[in-house]
Parts: sequence; structure tokens; C-alpha cells
Amino acid sequence: MSDTKTPGALRDAAAALRRELEARPSLGPKERRAIPQQEMPAQDPRERRGNMEEVALGYSEDQAVVESLRCLGCASRPCVAGCPVSIDIPRFLAQAAKADFDGALATIRAASMLPAICGRVCPQEKQCMAACTVGRIEKDPEKSVAIGRVERFLADRTRSAADRTRSPAGSPRAASRPAPKAPPTGKRVAIVGSGPSGLTAAADLARAGHEVTVFEAFHKPGGVAVYGIPEFRLPKAIVEEEARSLEELGVRVVCDFLVGRTRTIRELMGEDGFDAVYVASGAGLPKFMGIPGEDLVGVFSANEYLTRSNLMKAYDRGRAATPLYAASRVAVFGGGNVAMDAARTALRAGAAEVRVIYRRTEAEMPARAEEIRHAKEEGVIFDFLANPLRILGDEEGRVRAVECLRYGLGEPDASGRARPVPLPGSEYLLEADACVVALGNESNPLVTATTPELAVNGRGNILVDGSGATSMPGVFAGGDIVQGAATVILAMGDGRRAARGIGAYLAREPS
Amino acid sequence: MTKILRKERLSRDVYRMALEAPDIARARKAGQFVILMPDDGFSERIPLTIADADALAGTITIIFQAVGATTRELAAMPEGGSIAHLLGPLGRPTDIRAHEAPVACVCGGIGAAPMYPIVQALKAAGNRVAVILGARSAELLILEEELRAIADDLVVVTDDGSRGRKALVTEPLKELCAASPAPAEVFAIGPPAMMKFCAAATLPYGIPTLTSLNTIMVDGTGMCGGCRVTVGGEVKFVCVDGPEFDGHAVDWDSMLRRLGSYKKEEAHQCRLAEAAERLREEER
Repeated sequence: MSDTKTPGALRDAAAALRRELEARPSLGPKERRAIPQQEMPAQDPRERRGNMEEVALGYSEDQAVVESLRCLGCASRPCVAGCPVSIDIPRFLAQAAKADFDGALATIRAASMLPAICGRVCPQEKQCMAACTVGRIEKDPEKSVAIGRVERFLADRTRSAADRTRSPAGSPRAASRPAPKAPPTGKRVAIVGSGPSGLTAAADLARAGHEVTVFEAFHKPGGVAVYGIPEFRLPKAIVEEEARSLEELGVRVVCDFLVGRTRTIRELMGEDGFDAVYVASGAGLPKFMGIPGEDLVGVFSANEYLTRSNLMKAYDRGRAATPLYAASRVAVFGGGNVAMDAARTALRAGAAEVRVIYRRTEAEMPARAEEIRHAKEEGVIFDFLANPLRILGDEEGRVRAVECLRYGLGEPDASGRARPVPLPGSEYLLEADACVVALGNESNPLVTATTPELAVNGRGNILVDGSGATSMPGVFAGGDIVQGAATVILAMGDGRRAARGIGAYLAREPS
Repeated sequence: MTKILRKERLSRDVYRMALEAPDIARARKAGQFVILMPDDGFSERIPLTIADADALAGTITIIFQAVGATTRELAAMPEGGSIAHLLGPLGRPTDIRAHEAPVACVCGGIGAAPMYPIVQALKAAGNRVAVILGARSAELLILEEELRAIADDLVVVTDDGSRGRKALVTEPLKELCAASPAPAEVFAIGPPAMMKFCAAATLPYGIPTLTSLNTIMVDGTGMCGGCRVTVGGEVKFVCVDGPEFDGHAVDWDSMLRRLGSYKKEEAHQCRLAEAAERLREEER
């Protein structure tokens, strides 16, 4: 995947290739394997580091068709098992290859209500693409069929079509939304949190005929897709659109409502008359390192830094009332996608130098390869095999530098990754005026603290059985509040599982 | 949307508003707060104390000082208008206990607003409550009559002597601590420096002193970590662990520094707001 071709060149090459491929009477596996993977057109790195617009521009129709033709249609269909919500991937790729884009999207929507989000943020190379036969043959999941890019094309295509036909007052969509709904069951389900997990469960439960209310603490629905993932990776208009599609299914979304404080779960199930509750309250308190200087001015959790920029639009300095700390040298601690998002946000906020400090090497980084590549292209500097020891402040208590220690790689640890070993005497000083700590989250204490019936583990995560059921009858849970730190799609998988579990529970329970 | 049912000016830049918020009115307890966002577009989320509530009427009262861009925006909103977003109640309720000895409640300026429901709750639990109400000058005193009506004793002090005794709140506080019986517990709410000095004043007497912290906050639900403070050497989060903490254990200097994180940015916003206000006035 080179990064030199312009979007126009990629489009033209795909158009020519599509004509050529469609002229052939049939395509055997060998010919399909010879089709080059379609590169994702992207904004020029030098330009995009100065704007908040989406980096990846999306496939053209020709690119989507050509990429779909790379699918071998193999009998074992390993990609479906690799997808946490079991999308019928070979089917939608075959439909897309024949330019039946509406059919392809309907296939996806049967399993996932959020294709425009998943097509952008799922770690496909660790899921469907990791299992894909094409990638196995090439011995590189990055060379598999680019399933997510096709998914994104399909989702975006109806969105832009809907934009074109948007009536002044009416809903932007109609035809593209298959909403087969079961007759009303008369059962009411409350969902705590409107992130990917909650929205997935809401869609499944609404389709099953239940009356669904989603409670969101923030002023906008979407959860991490709104507060966490930056605009340049996932435009907020897309999240709003996906959330709206749920309201078309009859789901009620109530913002500014904190379950655990505004109402407790017991009250929801008691006087408020809900028959079941799905707790998908998401990430909790950010983890800090416990090193000296973390209370200095200019040290932020990635949650705070990103929430200010994304949810509160602090990147829009001229208009937003919420400030984003002005810094010219930013150090980001951590190696996951959130660290990449924070580093790239800092660049866009005007930092001259952004460094990611990570204890291990690039190979062990949990961030997606694409995110790391994008960050590097934009000029983010990586200090691998290093870890902050302390943060130093000036006389006003503002960050001025970070002292780090270098590490070497030792024996593999329990996770199978080489254990980083500190190298004594290797301390070095990095000048910085802001630090962003992106080392994950603790569990959110609000729901569990006000619902003693819910059994939790030592880390405060809610314990569930195979159906997502908690220790409290009628209460199910999933996503980060159960898994600790999950991905969008794993949280969605939990939502789907819990919806099935809740369906079965409601069928058992007399009204 | 939350309707502003009543709005009044309590002092030069302090306002009281009654808001239609039945869920919050029913759930809230003394010590808790809300987060609000005046406008949906580009407003800030700001934490404000719930100064009073009427569960039957479904209303809560907020009292705020129009000092920053967002509180000014709020102050400019009319009675009958609507606040885009209101979330609450947030934070842990005050731990109200019944004591043999009296309880002292020290309010500095706008701190009288969060203190009022605490005094109510302390009285309801059967305590004898002495209130010290202080401000820089007479026009900055709020809730004097309301507090006088429920407290057993009320001492008013101003820095400039324009009303009550010319003193800082720590003076009558030390006198109460030295008296017999000494207060079983002290609550101190006001500007951070005032709380810091109240905690320092009670420390030699070993009297438990609770302070209510108003730190920088974004979500208020235990997610962003912006509100973190150091208490007894540990990191605590004001939104979920507080807002009340043992004043003797709070690292006040660290908290004061962190409160100044956005000094530059805020000065800019305030200048913008002032310029906008001037323009509006010129138009009129």
C-alpha cells in the first residue's frame, strides 16, 4: 500500500481495471488473486495535519467493485467467523462485485446497524481480514480483501444519495432502510449508554418488537464514537446519521440522563416499568501512571483531551467555548488507537512536535497498522522502548519536560509479547509543554456503586454469563463496562449477544 | 431542553434561577451538583451546585456568579427561556450525621449556595448549626436571610467591614473552635483559598473539616479525569469521589494550580464575551 498515488489516479486505474475485468467471461481464483488490493484514497498528509476533515476519502464505485472481485468466495467463509457480529461478508462482496449495492448494504444491515462506523474504525486486519483466505495465501492480513473499505463505500453511498434527496423537513432516508420489525411485544427495555454496544442492542431489540429507550449521559448520542474518535477518522455527522436511523426503528434516545444518579436501575425496573435493562455504560476513569508530576498543569488523560476536541468541538477555536490547552510540544504516553488519536489531534491543534512514548516496539503496538502509518505520515515522532519516569514543571506548575527511561526487549510475558526491560542509567529528558496519558481506563463506578445487586470483578467490571446476563435478574451488560477496554465491534458483538439474551429472558418472564 | 422558570439577580453578578427539572429535583440530595450547557452548539459544559430543590413542583434552584464566558451566557438567558442541556444530580451526597456538639458551616461568597442545602439537611438530622457567612463586601453577600431563617446562629463578616464584622471567615471560625463545646464538624465552602485557610484554621483543633471542591470538569460522570485532585497523597476524582473531601487532606496548592490551567484561553473568551456585550449595549 504505497502512499504516493492521488485519489484521482487511484480512481482512474480502478475504472480501467473494472472495464477489463468485466469484459472477461468469468474470473477464476487465480485471476481474482492477481487483482491488486485497492488503495484507500487519502488526503495529502501535509495538508491534513492542518485540518480536521476525514483522512481516508473512501473508495470510488469502481474501486469497490474491483476490490469485491478479489473475494474468492471460498467454501469455508472464515471471514464470517472473524466478524464479531457475523456479517455475511462473502454474500455482500458478491453483491457489490455485481454492482448490486443496495442488496449488499441490506446484507450488512441484517447483522450490523452501524456500517458507516464499522467500515471506518473496526480493526479488520485482526478480525475478518485476519481470517480471509486471500490474506492467508499472501501471509499478510493487510493484503486480504479490504472488507471494511467496501463496507464503508456501501454505507456512504446511500448516505450521500440520501443527502441528495433530502427534503427540507423530512427524514433524509427512506428506501435504503430495511426495517423488518416484529409486532409489538409490549415489553419495555432500557439501555444504559448510547455507544456502539447500546445502539446495537437497541436496534436488535426494537426489531424484535420491544419498546426500547436508550439513556445517554452526554448531550449527544454515540458514546465513544462521538467523544473519543476524532472527526478526521469518523465524522460526527455519520454517527448522528446512524443514531437517527435507530430512531426510525422506533428507539427513543434520552440524552442528559445519568443512570445511577438521575434514576437508579432499581427505579427503572420498579416504578418506571422497564422489563429489562442493558448496561453498556462504557469507559470509566482514566488510568494514570502514578509518577511524579502527573498533577501538573498540562497533563491530560486522553479521554479529557479527546472529549474536549471531539464532543465539545474545542478544535474550532473561534467558536467553541471549551478550551483546548495550547501546547507546542506534546508527549503522548501509550501505544493504542487512542494514543494515535490524541497525537494526531495535538498536531491538528497546532503542536509543532508530537511524540508518542511507548514501552515496547512498533510490532507490539496495539494500535491499528493503518493508524500508526497515518500518524507517521503526518509527522508524529515515535519513541519506542521508552517510558516516562516523571514529569517536570516550571515555577507555575506547568509541564516543561518529561524524563524517560529506555527499555530493551526481554523474554515473552504472559501476553506472549516480549517483556520490556528497563535499561538502568538510560534516563533522558524530553522537552514538552503538554502530556496526554493514553493508558486505558478503569471501570466506570457509577452504575455499579448505585446497584449493589450487580456482581463485579476485582477491577469493577460487571460479571456476566454467556448470554450477557448479570447477577441481577433482567439486567444484562456488555462493552467496556464488562470487558475493560474493548473495540467498537467487540462492544457491538456484546450488544447483539445481550439482545438475544434479553429476548429469551423476556419470552420466559410473564408480563 | 430545560425551562428557566424564574430568574433573579442576588448581587452585582450573582444570579438565582429556578429550573424545571423533575427527575433531578426528585433524586438530588444535599451536596450534589448539575452540569449544564446553555446552548447546544458551541457552549461549554459547566458544573453548578444545586442550591435548593422542590421535588413536588419538580424544580431545582441554581445560583451562579457570572464571571466566565459560560456563566455570562447563562446570565443573559431570559426567564421563560430554555437551557439546552442539564445533567444531574452528580457527585456523592453529603454524609449528614447527627452530632451532640454543634456543627459549623463556613460560607465564602458564592459558597453560600452549595451550603444552603447542607445546612437544611444538618438541621433536618437534628443538629445545632452555626453559620459563618462571609464575602469581600456587603454587595457580594448572598442568602443571608435564607440562612438566618434555618441556622441556630449566623455570623456575618466582610473583608471591608461594609456589613457585619470586619474580618475574614477564619476569625470567627477559630473562635468557634476554641469555644466549648467545639464544633463536632466543620463544613467550609467557598473560593479554594478560603477553604484552604479554613482547613488550616481547624487543623490545630483536630476538628473534621469537609470542603466542597469545584474543579475543572468536562463530563462529570467519571470519564474524563479533568477534575482529579490529590487527597491524602491519592488521586481522587471530584465528580464521582466528591465533591466533598477532607479539607485537611486536600493538596490545595496543586488544586489551585490546576484551576488556572486555562487562564490564557479563558481571558481570551472573557474578552470576547465583553466585546459582544458592549456591542449589544451599543445596539440598544
